[in-house]
Amino acid sequence: MTASVSNALGTLSDASSYTGPLDIADSSPALLHSQLRMMLLIRYCEEAIGTLVEQRLALCPCHLGIGQEAIAVGVAAALTSDDRVFGTHRSHTQFLAMGGSVRELMAEVLGKADGCSKGMGGSMHLYDPAHGFHGSVPIVGATVPLAVGAALAAQKDKRGACAAAFFGDGAAEEGVVHECLNLCAVYKLPLLFVCENNLFSSHLHIDLRQPSNSIARYADAHCVPNAVIDGNDVVNVNRVASEAVAAMRQGSGPFFLEAVTYRWRGHVGHREDTDVGVQRKDDLVKWKDRDPVGRLAAAMKSGGWLADEDYETMKSGVRTEVSDAVEYAMQAPYPAAEQLLGPVYSGWSAA
Amino acid sequence: MSANTTTYSAGILEAFHYLLSNYPEVFAFGQGLWSPWYVGDTMKDLDVVYGKDRVMDSPVSELACTGAAVGASLFGYRPIVIHPRMDFMILATDQIVNQAAKWSHMFGGQVHPGVTIRAIVNRGGEQGAQHSQALHAWYAHIPGLRVVMPATAADARDLLVASVLCDDPVLYIDDRWLYSQQDEIGPVRELDLSQEGPQVLRQGSDVTLVGSSYSTLRCSRAAEELESHGISAEIVDLRVVNPLKHEQVAESVRKTGRLLAVDGGWQTCGLAGEVLAGCVERLSPKSFKSRPTRLTLPDAPAPTSKYLEIDYYGGVPGETDHLPVVEAVRRLVAAGD
Repeated sequence: MTASVSNALGTLSDASSYTGPLDIADSSPALLHSQLRMMLLIRYCEEAIGTLVEQRLALCPCHLGIGQEAIAVGVAAALTSDDRVFGTHRSHTQFLAMGGSVRELMAEVLGKADGCSKGMGGSMHLYDPAHGFHGSVPIVGATVPLAVGAALAAQKDKRGACAAAFFGDGAAEEGVVHECLNLCAVYKLPLLFVCENNLFSSHLHIDLRQPSNSIARYADAHCVPNAVIDGNDVVNVNRVASEAVAAMRQGSGPFFLEAVTYRWRGHVGHREDTDVGVQRKDDLVKWKDRDPVGRLAAAMKSGGWLADEDYETMKSGVRTEVSDAVEYAMQAPYPAAEQLLGPVYSGWSAA
Repeated sequence: MSANTTTYSAGILEAFHYLLSNYPEVFAFGQGLWSPWYVGDTMKDLDVVYGKDRVMDSPVSELACTGAAVGASLFGYRPIVIHPRMDFMILATDQIVNQAAKWSHMFGGQVHPGVTIRAIVNRGGEQGAQHSQALHAWYAHIPGLRVVMPATAADARDLLVASVLCDDPVLYIDDRWLYSQQDEIGPVRELDLSQEGPQVLRQGSDVTLVGSSYSTLRCSRAAEELESHGISAEIVDLRVVNPLKHEQVAESVRKTGRLLAVDGGWQTCGLAGEVLAGCVERLSPKSFKSRPTRLTLPDAPAPTSKYLEIDYYGGVPGETDHLPVVEAVRRLVAAGD
């Protein structure tokens, strides 16, 4: 790391900060329960997918979001299925948080016809418009302009819907993201930019890529209001996202949310140490103390909102749901041969 | 309504009026739409008639604006994004090639971005290497992207309507060298783009000339001159270059026995080569009275100097640039006899 890099994130990038229980004083127990369960669901799904990768059953590139669950869950809880979410290469989190089917996710990851993209997309191309998830792709930054178009359509519709574009800190190095910030600012489009700043693009730390480690400075440059927060605090992510979305629905224009987090696995695949040349073992141990799931559970337990026994029941219920979905996906059929050429153009539908 | 005389550029303008009047989900987006400089008279006063929220002049952001049009097409709109010079559209290629063209296939046919990308070829006049390109062959290489190149005023209008009403992403390419071309055309027809393809523009018996867009006009002028040499040329206008339907070309060559493909793009991996290949694959070698051949731009960027331009484009546009077509055909006929 070079000394000239500006640590604009301050303690947000310091792994030893923000490790205690969350502040849940103003939250609703029902909402917290559902958020805790959703984060667990995402984590167990990601762990199961990691196992499928390790077993060479899932062959497509799988980018796991373990450690980053709170951002997707907190933002999704501020949205409805009429809103328009777009994702990235690392989007199992957002797909599930918006209400996507675990079975369809597992089937898609295995390239099966019952998958959310009919087995044509795999892990990196998820699609579930019924729940407001309108697509994820691995070209970095590429879904941000699509989300701009979704926001433009929402503005023309005048029904109060908004769009959300998830992307990482690496995408801020793509020019198109800056074009999009400008377009949204000029047209006052209802787009929530959600930057999951996990400090890494693939194997390369942000300090080796940018002169400052906070992405929100680009929002400032484009006159887009923004907030920089702990991305492992689902309560605060949800609070900030909800306020931003409520304002956007009233026509306030775009908002930029930078949520600082850390991924526990490598850039791609199941291993923690897969990124060649990256020395992050000590940091990872510390970041695991800033666990978005554990910190919420701890707060709920100490607040008397979650009994140990109920938490264990929740966990075992989620584990069963995930393992059932994996079993289902393993049995599901592969796409029919006609699906190779059929969907290139419109006018075709699966038999 | 009976047939009336319309220019190619007026045909495009009429298509915009038709679409914006009849389809509230249509809007136009791109650079220069409120200016007379960028798109000629093909979009004149549309912003005044339909409002600046449906005819949106944009910031200088080809990639984001194209992506926004693709994105809006996923939510019930039929956007037309306009690139007044095709050269600048290269900046938008990720959204065209990686996104719009892939969206249907990679999501299993569940969604289709019904976006139209209008690119204008605007060359000559010493505009040089980055204001002159005709890159249709590049884009026609991409499965999932329909590529339309009208040659006549009727097609300029009706294929634009068809492109916008098509559920697939369509790249519609018009050429400013055609803007003053006149045709007798009837009322607007709503065509199903997936059913459209090459058409015989002129019947002939000695040679098949294949072109698209401005190249088709060069072929038409050459055919008139060839008549005075006693050579009867049939012209097949491709109209839609992806997916390319080869059968019409093959059928014509089966009759004439000679093929010259004329294209305004470069030769290597180009459209003319594709036309030749599609025909050769479908016909017996015995069908050919002479070797199929092609006439393209030389494999060089466009020059600036007007004297080099004349060599580059094979003559003065509209005056002498049909002569290389005439010469190529005369060589073909001589070689075959």
